Amino acid sequence: MMPLRGLVRAARVLAAATLLVATVQVTAAAAQAPELPAAPKGAPQDSGALRVQVLGTLSDAQKNDPVLEAKTKTVASELRCPVCQGLSIQDSPSELAQQMRTVVKERLATGQSEQDVKDYFISKYGEWILLEPQAHGFNLLVYALPALLVVGGAGLIVLLVKRWTAAPSAVAAGDGAGADEVSPD
Amino acid sequence: MNWKRATIAAATAAPVIGLLAWGMTRDPNDIPSPLPGREAPAFQLAVFAPGQGDLQRPIGDTVKLADLRGQVVVLNFWASWCLACRDEHALLSTVAREYSDRPVKFLGVLYNDVPDKGLAWIAEMGGQSYPSVDDPGARVAIDYGLYGVPETFFLDVNGRVAYKHTGPVTPTVLRVKIDSLMAAGAATEATPGASGDSAKADAAGKDVKARTGR
Repeated sequence: MMPLRGLVRAARVLAAATLLVATVQVTAAAAQAPELPAAPKGAPQDSGALRVQVLGTLSDAQKNDPVLEAKTKTVASELRCPVCQGLSIQDSPSELAQQMRTVVKERLATGQSEQDVKDYFISKYGEWILLEPQAHGFNLLVYALPALLVVGGAGLIVLLVKRWTAAPSAVAAGDGAGADEVSPD
Repeated sequence: MNWKRATIAAATAAPVIGLLAWGMTRDPNDIPSPLPGREAPAFQLAVFAPGQGDLQRPIGDTVKLADLRGQVVVLNFWASWCLACRDEHALLSTVAREYSDRPVKFLGVLYNDVPDKGLAWIAEMGGQSYPSVDDPGARVAIDYGLYGVPETFFLDVNGRVAYKHTGPVTPTVLRVKIDSLMAAGAATEATPGASGDSAKADAAGKDVKARTGR
C-alpha cells in the first residue's frame, strides 16, 4: 500500500505545479496581448543627430521651445511606430517615425491638445497606433483579466492545497482508495 | 468524481485553447485601417513624373484631390527603394492605359524618396503611363495612415476611400475594384439619391469585408 500512496501524493504535487504554471502562463499571455511599451533591450535610441528634418510650419522659437519639445516627447512615446516592432515613434530612428514626430510637434505648436494629436493619429491608423490601449469598454478586460486570473489562481491553489493536505481519511473515502491508516513516508 | 474533474479541466482549457487558436489566425503585421468608408484626406502635390500619352501631366503641375471628384481614383504609394513596388509597376501602368478613356485616374505618390531617384527608377522600369507626385515629409502618407509601400487606395466618385490594398496589387483586385466603383458611380449619376447611396454603401461594405477577410 505504501508505494501506491507515495505515487498518489507525487501525482498530486505534480498536478498542483502544473496548475500553477498554467495560471502564470495564461496571466502572462493576457498581460502581453496589448503589447505594452516594453522597448527591447538595446533598442536604438534617439541620437539627436537624426532630428526632425522637415519643420515647414515651425518658427525658430518653436523649434527650440523646451515646453513644446517635452510635450512632443510625451505624445510621441505613446504612439506606435508603424514600421517597427513594439517601438514608439519617440524611440524609433526610422524616417517615418521622425516625420510623424514632426507632425506631432507641428500640431501641438498650433495649439492642439495632446489628446487632439493622439485622436488625429487614431483617426488615421486606428487605435492600433496607441502603444497602450485606452482603458474603456472592451479594453478594460486587458487590464482586469491578469489581476483576476492571479487572484483566482491563487485562491484555487490555496483551496486545493487545503483539501489535499486535510485529514487523509476524509479525502481517501472520497477517492475510494480505501480507509487505511496514514503511513509515514 | 473523475467525470467532474474532466469536465472542469475541459471547461478551463477550451477557452484558453480557443483564444490561442484565434491568435494564430491573425497577422500581427496586418494593421486595420479606419479609412475605408471615410472621406479621403485632401492633398495638393506637385507632379515630378509626367506619365505618358493622354495621361500626361506637366512636371511641377499641382494635383488637387478635390479636382478629381467624380472619378474613381487609384492612389498608389511607392518608392524607388521598394522591392515589392517592382512587382506591381507594369500592371498598374498597363491597367491605367487600358482605362485611360474611362472616369478613372491613376496617381503615384512618391514615399520617402527623392524625385530624381524616382525618375531614374521609372526609366529603369520602362516608363510609367500615369503621373506621379512627390510627398515631401510624408505628410500625405501619414494622413492616409500609411505604414509601408506599396499601398494602394481606391477612392470612389464621391472622394471617399472605398478600399485600401496593402502590398502589390493583383490584376483581379485592381480591375474588380475599379469596375465596381465605376458601376457604383454610374448608378449614383443615373439615380441621384437613396438608391445610388445604398449601392455605394454596398460596395463599401464589400470592400471592408474583403479587407478583414484577408
